[in-house]
Amino acid sequence: MRTFIGIDLGSTTTKAVVLDENMDVLGRGITNSRANYDTACKVAKYEALLAARFTLLQRSLTKAGAGEARLGDFLDSLERGFRLGQFIEQLDDLEQTCLDKARGDRFRGREQSIAEAIHAIFAVLRDGAPSLFARDARRKSDFFRDLAGSRFMAVGQETARAAGLSYDMLLNVYDKAIIEVENRPPRGDIADKLLRALDTLAVMSPELADLAAYLAAPVRRALDVETEETSVVGTGYGRVTLPFPKENIRSEILCHGLGAHMMYPRTRTVLDIGGQDTKAIQVDDSGIVENFQMNDRCAAGCGRYLGYIADEMNMGLHELGPLAMQATRSVRINSTCTVFAGAELRDRLALGEKREDIIAGLHRAIILRAMSIISRSGGVRDEFTFTGGVAKNEAAVKELRHLIRENYGDVAININPDSIYTGALGAAAFARRAAAH
Amino acid sequence: MSAVQTAVVKDSSMLKQKEMISGNYRKLETAKAEGRKVAATFVPGNLNELIMCFDMANNLPEINAIQNGMRKKTGAYIMEAEKRGHSEDVCTYVKADLGMIAKGNIGPDGQQLPNPDLLLLSYTGCFTFMKWFELLRDQYHCETAMLHVPYQGDGRITKNMISYVVRQLREEVIPKLERVSGVKFDIDRLRENLRRSARAEEDFVWVLESAKSRPSPIDAYFGGVYYIGPIFTAFRGSEDAVEYYRMLRAEIADRLANGQGPVTPSGDMKAERFRLVVEGPPNWTSFRDFWKMFYDEGAVVVASSYTKVGGIYDRGFRHDPDHPLESLAEYCLGCYTNHNLPGRIDLLAQYIEEYQADGLLINSIKSCNSFSAGQLLMLREIERRTGCPGAFIESDLVDPRYFSPANIKNRLESYFQMIDQRRGGPSVAHAA
Repeated sequence: MRTFIGIDLGSTTTKAVVLDENMDVLGRGITNSRANYDTACKVAKYEALLAARFTLLQRSLTKAGAGEARLGDFLDSLERGFRLGQFIEQLDDLEQTCLDKARGDRFRGREQSIAEAIHAIFAVLRDGAPSLFARDARRKSDFFRDLAGSRFMAVGQETARAAGLSYDMLLNVYDKAIIEVENRPPRGDIADKLLRALDTLAVMSPELADLAAYLAAPVRRALDVETEETSVVGTGYGRVTLPFPKENIRSEILCHGLGAHMMYPRTRTVLDIGGQDTKAIQVDDSGIVENFQMNDRCAAGCGRYLGYIADEMNMGLHELGPLAMQATRSVRINSTCTVFAGAELRDRLALGEKREDIIAGLHRAIILRAMSIISRSGGVRDEFTFTGGVAKNEAAVKELRHLIRENYGDVAININPDSIYTGALGAAAFARRAAAH
Repeated sequence: MSAVQTAVVKDSSMLKQKEMISGNYRKLETAKAEGRKVAATFVPGNLNELIMCFDMANNLPEINAIQNGMRKKTGAYIMEAEKRGHSEDVCTYVKADLGMIAKGNIGPDGQQLPNPDLLLLSYTGCFTFMKWFELLRDQYHCETAMLHVPYQGDGRITKNMISYVVRQLREEVIPKLERVSGVKFDIDRLRENLRRSARAEEDFVWVLESAKSRPSPIDAYFGGVYYIGPIFTAFRGSEDAVEYYRMLRAEIADRLANGQGPVTPSGDMKAERFRLVVEGPPNWTSFRDFWKMFYDEGAVVVASSYTKVGGIYDRGFRHDPDHPLESLAEYCLGCYTNHNLPGRIDLLAQYIEEYQADGLLINSIKSCNSFSAGQLLMLREIERRTGCPGAFIESDLVDPRYFSPANIKNRLESYFQMIDQRRGGPSVAHAA
């Protein structure tokens, strides 16, 4: 079947969306952008195609008469099996790469003990892998680097001590190896890997063994359907690096405008706050861009600002919003300069302000800056759609709602849970259009 | 005419201008040795015909800054000026000039520039010019003449304004020029110079207006800054300028007849896809990279406000030998930076209509208040009047730190694709 793919190469994350002929979303994929856009693009696309496979499986298995609740369990188990298989594959790759890195003058005479230590560490990592993908397992991240890294560090210290080796040396080997492995896009055919996961499903989830046996044939039939990447359109900051012809590359302004329109057809104003960009876009009733403004030379007040603050406070980015929501008052912050953010923060803390109040003030500062960019572009028109990573932050959204009501009155404000994919969705729509020509 | 012949003809005006510019630098370098007096003045309100009447050489600090910017020398000069206490936000032409002086006053061509004997300031709307010359006066301790040109606050030039400027020319500027140069003022000589100016202006306007054709044979911004060279600097009123514009016009006429687009550093521009009006000066330190972002996308600038800073000629004004001082006054009053915001809006909106442009692009200069103030309002109003989309990018004159290629390219590409989309071109997707 024909599929149409949009890829949004952002400064922080890379997103991909797969559409079918009817412009329905089949799958979405996301990965960290790394320093290597090419890999990020491949990984995001791979993830989106995987998700697309599951959508297609669901469609065909529903037709095959599987009950909804158990079908959900079945697909969940299949996906966990797939991810476990992929994780083990990458662990194998990482182990081999670590062994390759532990050669040369620096390691002379200790090669054997280092290799043994690496084998020992990876044996523990492999043994623990199924629990990471067990039903209801909570993973702090889905990125291989984070999962493998935290386990390596946990196990490595003890192993190094037991082997009489320097832990720093092992960590150094790991650091070099993970960069290479992370930048190797996943290999192999998705359908083949899913079939392997199907074979082991009864072991992972014995309670679903009967369903797995019943669905095996329809799954195989569904996986036999070839998906064709009919057209791919790229957008975002890294778009020039994409190996696409120029006409398959679109500015993120156009993609965000169109993506927002597809999510909410009555959208007239779009605000996107991404890692390095704040964009205000005015679109007409068909999603065509009428006007836009972006932040000027510096990225003050963009998503990266929040990331920086989170680092300064030793918190996760996703924890900032909830903390700010606990504020009883908002501390006035004027500067949204990312570089000065740490200084602002420490200054306010030194003055005895509460962390949640300062963080609430920082959120307000970001939104005030966004409001200025919106007014440059022509103001807020009904309906208003907020997209980008910052749209997931409840404290930012709260400030935005407040300031929009104050400045523009009652306006419908749309925030889609999948808003981070808005640019990729617009790009995929352009891909669909390109194929129609 | 064959392409080869065209290329030869194309080169001749460029070579001519190059010779003229290096000739003027030679004239400055040898001024002291040859007993020639030197005036320093600015592009807007440049009274070159008058200066010529006193056999003085004309040194234009803005031009030095631009030439140094294109030769990648201004970064170090600006740092030097900042080291000496000039703030990051000061006009970078000023800092590039002061830095150059501090580092020995070696001109863009590597030769020593002379100290001026007269600082001749025509104040045409840019307040910074006045502060700049105060600093230069402090540096050189030379004679200073200030011509106060009233701002066109009501958007028109009145008889009173003209007589006010003429009186200053008679009572302040000309006596100082006589005193410094030791040459007696001869109004007939001025008339001759002005007659030549008018001839050059006629051909210059013809070249600018050739951009009304499709495809435009010129780029009126990136190419335009070369075309304004002689008429805005030390050559207006000279035989060289007349000759340059005669040659240029002939070359452009050929391009027009052959249906050719503008010349770019990468050869002839192929298909013309976008026609733009640009407001604001260009960035000089990354001039070619900046230009490439346009011609790579098939974007040609058909009219620009920057090519009007040293005088607006395409609305009918010509230097008039029959009214020499009055016409110098009218020229100064009419420079672009001396126009109020409604006047600038009218001009740019007219350009969009007359040149059938797709929209207005503003290159807002970080350190230039005389251009930047009010630009967003202008953008909004021009969009409203013409229905054409505008875009806004930001850079700087000669400070290399304020040119962010990725950001500018990103905005330009978005703008071009937006124009395309609004036209219903290939970028349009049928939304669900």
